[in-house]
Amino acid sequence: MEQLLGQFSLGLFILQAVIFVGLVLLLKKFAWKPILDAVNEREEGIKNALQSAEQARQEMANLKSDNEKLLADARAERDTLLKEAREIKEKMINDAKADAQAQGEKMIAQAKAAIEGEKNAAMAELKSQVSALSLEIAEKLLRDELSNKEAQSKLVEKMLGDSKLN
Amino acid sequence: MVISRKPSHFIVAALLAFMPLLSFANDNHGAHTQTTASQEATTAMGKGHEGDHSSEGDQTLTEEEKKVKEREEFIQHHLLDSHDFTLFSYGNGHHVGFSLPVILWDNGLHIFSSSKFEHETAVAESNGNFYKIVHGQIFKTDAKGTIEYEGHHPTNKKPLDLSITKNVFMILVVAFLMFVLFRSLANSYKKNNGIASGVGRFFEPIILFIRDDIAIPNIGEKHYKKYMSHLLTVFFFIWFLNMFGLTPLGVNVTNNIAITAALAILTYLITTFTANKNYWGHIFWMPGVPVPMKIILAPIELLGTLIKPFSLTVRLYANMLAGHVVLMSIIAMMYTFNNMIGSSLSFVLAFALSILEVLVAGLQAYIFTMLTALYFGAAKEEHHHDDHH
Repeated sequence: MEQLLGQFSLGLFILQAVIFVGLVLLLKKFAWKPILDAVNEREEGIKNALQSAEQARQEMANLKSDNEKLLADARAERDTLLKEAREIKEKMINDAKADAQAQGEKMIAQAKAAIEGEKNAAMAELKSQVSALSLEIAEKLLRDELSNKEAQSKLVEKMLGDSKLN
Repeated sequence: MVISRKPSHFIVAALLAFMPLLSFANDNHGAHTQTTASQEATTAMGKGHEGDHSSEGDQTLTEEEKKVKEREEFIQHHLLDSHDFTLFSYGNGHHVGFSLPVILWDNGLHIFSSSKFEHETAVAESNGNFYKIVHGQIFKTDAKGTIEYEGHHPTNKKPLDLSITKNVFMILVVAFLMFVLFRSLANSYKKNNGIASGVGRFFEPIILFIRDDIAIPNIGEKHYKKYMSHLLTVFFFIWFLNMFGLTPLGVNVTNNIAITAALAILTYLITTFTANKNYWGHIFWMPGVPVPMKIILAPIELLGTLIKPFSLTVRLYANMLAGHVVLMSIIAMMYTFNNMIGSSLSFVLAFALSILEVLVAGLQAYIFTMLTALYFGAAKEEHHHDDHH
């Protein structure tokens, strides 16, 4: 220990301290600060580049999924359009069929009604004619009766014979 | 304590960091050998500090014992700071290296070249004052260079020594190197569109490691930025100096206690001056414990704040010192054995140890930075910590 202290040189200690502090300050200004700044800047640059690359990748993936979604949507829309068209077509056919049927039925019903009307009219006329004829016959019979019995019966027979012909 | 959330990162970074430096370790090894060899070739090193008190004992020693003692002194001398940069010595007092300026404050400024000391042997004169170096330290003396001893230690007056010693020179070299290196890295970002180029590619992961695995986990996302400059500088400063210590240049900065103490005290000062209320609350009035315990804990906690930088100082100093001593001792053993088996065995051992030292160099820098960050983190800890008590 004594030898250790004996060797200790105060001058060397002072010079070392002064030179070292000077070196620290000098290097700080001319070396360490620019070096660390440059390295930091570079690291930031690398970090940013990686980040933006990752972002771009993400965007690409998003874009791709968007595209797929769009495609799928388009396909689905086409399908629904086709389906709708088919449905419309069928509906149109069915409607047309139903219309035609309804029209036909209506026409038939009208025809039937007309026929019925004609028939009823004919029947009514026939009835009126029959009653007129009957009245005529009855008139004639009554006249004949008043004149000739024989002739009356003959007339009746003849009348009946006529009506049969009718 | 979170040492690392990503241990694999650390391991990879450590491996990468040390790979290119393995060749250094080998060189280092060879050069130490060379240095020791040149010492072996000569009997006189011309070392002033051997001085009068050691030479009289030498006559009674055998040749072999003298050599062993010489190696021991060489190792001890190597571990001290010195006023000139000697790469190696050979022959009778021939030194290869260069002189450094000596700056003393002794009732006025004295500046002169360390060549005046003639490798710690001569008395240097400056403005009428005389100085002599004993054990790497400058003492005031008279024209004849009289040094008075008390036991082993000189009692002469010591002037304030602000010389550019070998350690200060290496600190300046490393500071310059770091400035150029990291300035070029900082500039390369601008030129190269935010990507490091050149040698910065090697250091950038280490900077990021310190940020992501030392600063952020220990200090927290919110406050770490303020401390980054200190942590980065401390790490690279210690690491580079440790690595220089393994080169054959004979640099030994981080195993000088004045250096590690200065670093640790800076850590302490930053911790103390940036600490929040919560930190002081934990020291003086520990929440969640009974009042008598609070009173007992306060001085212990206060002492703890001082022990922390002290442990930082000693850990780095002792680790690097021990590494150097052991490595050089094993290299010196090669000459002590002086036979095929023993010498080659210590060569292999020294080689393995050199590689280990490369790891230790990085590890100690990491541990120092890690603990510094941990103390900063404690100073900035938020109040929510109280809930756990």
